[in-house]
This record gives sequence, C-alpha cells and structure tokens, in this order.
Amino acid sequence: MKVVLEHITKRFIDRNKKNKTELVAVSDMCLDIPDGKLIGLLGPSGCGKSTTLNIICGLEKPSSGKIFFGDDDVTDLPPENRGVGMVFQSYALYPHLTVRQNITFPLENLKGDKKLTKQEMNDRALGAAKLVQLDGYMERKPSELSGGQQQRVAIARALVKMPKVLLLDEPLSNLDARLRLQTREELRRIQKETGITTIFVTHDQEEAMSISDLIVVMKKAEVQQVGIPQDVYDDPKNLFVAQFLGTPPINVFAGEIREEKVYLGEDCILDAPGIEDKEVHVGIRPEGFIVDENGPLHCKIRVVEVMGRDTSIVSSHPVAETETIRSIIDSEDRPAATSGTVTFSLRKSKVLLFDMETEERIYPC
Amino acid sequence: MNNNNLKGWLYLLPAIVFLGFFMVYPLVDVFIYSFEEGYNFASQSYSGTGLFNYSFVLHDPYFMQALKNTILMVIITVPLSTGFALLISLALSSIKPLRNAFQTIYFLPYVTNTLAVGLVFMILFKKTPYSDGLANMLISLFGGTSVDFIEGPYWAKMFVFCFYIIWVVLPFKILILTSAIASVNPMYYKAARIDGAGSFTMFKKITLPMISPMIFYLIITGFIGAFKSYSDAVALFGTDLNAAGMNTIVGYVYDMLYGDSGGYPSYASAAAIILFAVVLTITVINLTVSRKRAVY
Repeated sequence: MKVVLEHITKRFIDRNKKNKTELVAVSDMCLDIPDGKLIGLLGPSGCGKSTTLNIICGLEKPSSGKIFFGDDDVTDLPPENRGVGMVFQSYALYPHLTVRQNITFPLENLKGDKKLTKQEMNDRALGAAKLVQLDGYMERKPSELSGGQQQRVAIARALVKMPKVLLLDEPLSNLDARLRLQTREELRRIQKETGITTIFVTHDQEEAMSISDLIVVMKKAEVQQVGIPQDVYDDPKNLFVAQFLGTPPINVFAGEIREEKVYLGEDCILDAPGIEDKEVHVGIRPEGFIVDENGPLHCKIRVVEVMGRDTSIVSSHPVAETETIRSIIDSEDRPAATSGTVTFSLRKSKVLLFDMETEERIYPC
Repeated sequence: MNNNNLKGWLYLLPAIVFLGFFMVYPLVDVFIYSFEEGYNFASQSYSGTGLFNYSFVLHDPYFMQALKNTILMVIITVPLSTGFALLISLALSSIKPLRNAFQTIYFLPYVTNTLAVGLVFMILFKKTPYSDGLANMLISLFGGTSVDFIEGPYWAKMFVFCFYIIWVVLPFKILILTSAIASVNPMYYKAARIDGAGSFTMFKKITLPMISPMIFYLIITGFIGAFKSYSDAVALFGTDLNAAGMNTIVGYVYDMLYGDSGGYPSYASAAAIILFAVVLTITVINLTVSRKRAVY
C-alpha cells in the first residue's frame, strides 16, 4: 500500500508555559512512500518523527494536510479503520495475557463478516508466531520472554491482522547491541517476506541506513532529505544531514575559498572552480583521508586507535570546528609515528563544502 | 548461632517486643479469658474453665442478632461499595474538566467524623415530631407511605445502616481505584485502539485485569473493616443497640465489657474470638480466590 502525506502540519499547544505557546511538531510535510518498501524516519529526538508516525496510524490528527493510503483519503479515519499495525517502543504487550492471547487480541476485535472462529484465530496467530520464530512460546507470559522475544511478539501482534501499513516506533532501542543487529536483520527479512509497506522511526542513523530502502531525515519538524541511504550519505543536501549520517561523523572545518581554491588555515586542500571567495564549512568524511607525506593537510596527532582492519587517527587542526578530527584509514597504511604531525591527502569525493550561513551544500554542486 | 544471625535478631528486637507486647500477648490473653468462666476483673478470679462462655454467647439472642446484622451488612455493603467505587472511578478517569473538584467532593466523607455523618443521616432519615426527614419527604412526594428508618421496621433500619456504611467507605475505595486506573500505562490503550478494541473491550481486557490486585485488596480489607464496624451503628441508632436490634459483633463485645449489661469479660472474649475466627475464615477464602483469579 502506497502512503502519501500531503502538506501535513501538526501544532501542539504547550501547556507548561503560562502564556500558551504553539509548538510545531511537524511542519508542512510532503512524503511519498512507495508500496512494499521499508522506510526509515530518522532524526534527533524531538524532531517530529514519532508525531509523524502517530499521524500516519491515526492516534494523532494532523492540524492540516491530508494522508492517503493508496487512493483512499484516511485523514479522518480512526486508527482501527485504517488497517495499520503498530509496534511500540516498549512493545505494549499485555502482561496478563499469554503470547497467543496477545497475538489474537487484534483478531478478537474484528466485527461483521471479518469475524473469525476460534480455530481461524489460533491458526493465524500461529502463522504470525512462526514468521517471527516464536511458535514454541505460545503459552508463555511476556514476562517469561527476553527483550528480543517480546519485541518479536509485538511484531507478530502487529502483523496478525494483515495490516496495509506496518509502523514501528524505535523498534530496536530497548535491545542490547548484539540483539539489535540480529533483530534488525530479522525485521528486514519479515518485511521482505510479507511485502508490507513498513515505516519505522529511529534516531540511530546506522540502524536506519542498514535496513531501509528509503530514509527520511528530519530536523526540527521539517524533512531535510529523502532518498536511498547511500545517496543521502554521499550527497547530503546540507550540513545537518551530512553530520547526522555516518559513524564516526563527518569532520567539519571552518574553511575559506580564495581564488577558487579551498584553504583550511594555511593548507590548500582542493580546487573549487567557479566558486567566489568566501568562508565555508568544509566537511571531510573520516574515510576521505589518505596518509601521504606530500599531502596538503597537516594535522597534529592526538591518539592512534588500532581496531584491526582499520586504524582511526584522532588528530587536531587549528580550524577544525570540533576539538578533534577523526580519520579512518586502512591499518596497513597507518603512520609509523603515534605523535607529532601527520599529513593527509584527501579523496576528492569525500570533501563537501557548505555555505557558512545557510549551511546548504555548495560543492560538489 | 553465628554472629551475623545474632545481629539480625538484635535489629528485629524492638519490633518483636512491641508487637509481642501490644498484639500477640493481648490476643493470647483474650483467648485464655474466653475459656475462663465467670472471670472477675476486681478479684482476678474465675470459677472454672471450659466451653461454657462460647455456649452462652452462641445461645444469647442478642449475639445471634448481632451476628445476623453484621453478616447481612457485610454481604450487602462490600460488593456494592466496591462496585460503586469502580463505576465512579471509571467516570472520574474519563472526564477531564472538574475532575479534581469531583475527587475532592468524593473524598470529603473520608475526612468527616463518623458521628457527624450520623447526624446528617439523622436529618435525612429520622422521624421527629416536627419533621419526617428528607427521605420520607421524597417518598411521600412520589406517593409512597412514609417509613421510620431509625426506629421502624428491621429492613428500613438495615437499609439506612448499609447506605451509611457504603457512603462512609466509598471515598477510600475511590481514591485507591482512581490511582490504580491512572497508573495503567496509556500505551496499552493506544495499542488496543489501533487493534480496534472498543471501550468496553478495553475495560474488560485491559483496565480490569490491570487493577485486579487493587480490587482484591479492597475486597479483603472491606470485609475485615465491615466485620469490625461498631461506631457506625452507634452514630445511627444510639448506644442501646440491643434494644434497637441493630447491634454488631463488636458492639456486642463492647456491651459485654462496659455496657449496661457490662462486666462480663469472659463472654466478651468468647465473642471476640468468634469474630476473629469468622474474619480469619473469610480472609483465607478471599486470599485463595484472589490468588487464583488475580491476573498477574
């Protein structure tokens, strides 16, 4: 099912303050979510991504704008009539019900000609449990399951009524690191198997990039960029997106353009043809550094962290906007010295220039 | 006994001494009194031991009347007050404006003195030479014949008694249940809404099971509290409860000790032990049922 958001805006009234101020959680959001894809809504906390999810599932009503599922306008439909399945951050499993009862709960509420017999319900529940590989745990209570298993029960419960759209709110944030990796592959597999359009919210860019077909980066109620994860990473629209995607994050310098060349302090690192002289933010991805005795960029080494396959050099540079910059290089190429100065040459495609004021990207254009 | 063990007992000592002196010893003492026939406080003497006290109490029509009153009142008031409290708490939880105002109003009886409440009930129900009471005025307004609720037929007195008790115990139950309802994670309701559950289903499948431990708590304490009621009867029917036919078991114990027929600590002890046995039995049954039924 295709999901379309048309100029969605959501305003809340902030009751905490004495003079009631309006708080815009989502501002004029337009989004086309293609059928059968896995979409990651990504952004720092408070950027409106969860509100967007609540608007799609119907728990919140947008202040203005329209939502379409396929060709149907669902803006005014209550959640139960939208045919959505939702997995909550803390799962919201009913503690007093067994896994089976939890999974059949949505089916028991079906009315009219959709009503199922007990046998059908049990079969469907077992099918959903099999999909998440929990069919051996049907008679357990949620408290007798591990966090990852509870998560999968929640997914099974969301899937059992065969929703048109599956929504996941921070689905992996309550799991430990190892389980998170495992569960996100699991999520990907389930999504592929069912082909249900799935939208999930996360603040973890790695999570979003690793499994999404499309990511939507949001900041302060506004969509910054929508695209295939690799495209957004390589081709960020502005400094925020560039900084938000990638671990370790992109290194930012306060650079300057003089006579169509990019200077970092005294180091001339790049030609920038056709750009007038001005100050710019220069972003260099950690993988954009090459250790090179004759390179243009001189940095002072703080620490060299050897991590097996890669080596990460933590160094400093006078015009870097952060205290340290981090470069990741192949361990074979690591410099002999662990202190003093290191010189880098740069991969041109990993260097991005952003306007000082608007923070929009100006190079490569 | 190793050193650590000793330390543990030492820490427990104040509580053991206190509880032993004020709880266990009197209980054992009452138990002993109840088997000593004709015990006299002044001379500290008794004429013999045996089950006579129990036999006397169980054959005393006043005690049987008190037992009947108490049991009838308990059976009527505990389920009704818990049910009403649940209804009112649900209503309170589903309204936003004026919730605090209503909560205060519902809580007022809890902080009001029993006797003052009794006075108000007198105004509502008592027949005097000047007025028939508000309740009777209403009854006559709808064409009924007026009834004397305080000195009239047994059912009328029982009605007022139960009404009064329900009214007095309701605030505490509402307080407990509204906070229990408020503590249910709203996430469950959101999830249920998405899954198409109606409000009745949500109540039956989420609210009720989630607050069931509290409901059982209220039922158990409700039974115990109601069995021990006495001042409520005094507030409505005066101190001569036997004459009014509205005595309770605790009232009977009090009368035996200090009342007009006072000076019979042996009979009082026997009655107290019988009450203790009844309450214990009911509580054990309650706990067994709640362990089976309370959902988690």
